[in-house]
Amino acid sequence: MITVKYFASLKNFSNTDEDQFEASGISTLLDLSHAISKNHPQLGEMIRGKKIMVSVNLDVANLESEIHDGDEVALLPPFSGGTHS
Amino acid sequence: MNAVTESKVRIQKEDFVVTDEIEAMKKVSRNIGGIVTFLGTGRELSKGENISQLNFEHYPQMAEKKLEEIRVKAIEDYKIIDMSIIHRIGEIEIGENIVLIVAAGEHRKEAFAACEWAIAELKRTTPIWKRETTSNGEVWVQDTP
Repeated sequence: MITVKYFASLKNFSNTDEDQFEASGISTLLDLSHAISKNHPQLGEMIRGKKIMVSVNLDVANLESEIHDGDEVALLPPFSGGTHS
Repeated sequence: MNAVTESKVRIQKEDFVVTDEIEAMKKVSRNIGGIVTFLGTGRELSKGENISQLNFEHYPQMAEKKLEEIRVKAIEDYKIIDMSIIHRIGEIEIGENIVLIVAAGEHRKEAFAACEWAIAELKRTTPIWKRETTSNGEVWVQDTP
């Protein structure tokens, strides 16, 4: 299984913190984005349109990045840590 | 062990005491000649909206990893002696502490430069998100000025 975590504003689209996806047929982030699109079309489009950052096992990934069974993928909207000082 | 000496990079719900963090940094080396701190605090007015409360969410493990990367790069690139970074998460009231960066160098010049770079890099690369509660509801802040 592949774990997909959603953070901050993206939970408005997913309505959950986390989803699990069957790993069969998924070898890249692009493949996974299509699987995500089945339940959350806007999130799949955001990944493919590079509107959000995606990490695989805590490292920033791109659409060609390989995904394996057991990986943890996170969808990361634009950051706003620290302060605007 | 005292929390102040546990780690140079921390993400925590509880508040921190700035002077405690500075004193801990001073113990690192007798060659420290200048310490620069950046303290970010909760501001009431944001883009013309009155904020009643802030809430910070982070991606555990990745956020700590990014902060440690910033710390290591700051020490290497700016030739400072050490740096500590603390970021609070969860609910934060107006006027409370949010983030603290302590940069210690032999001289002030590299400490100032490292501190300024580190807060900019934190905002650019660290998976931490801010939600503001305003009179119009709750809004996730997504710009990075």
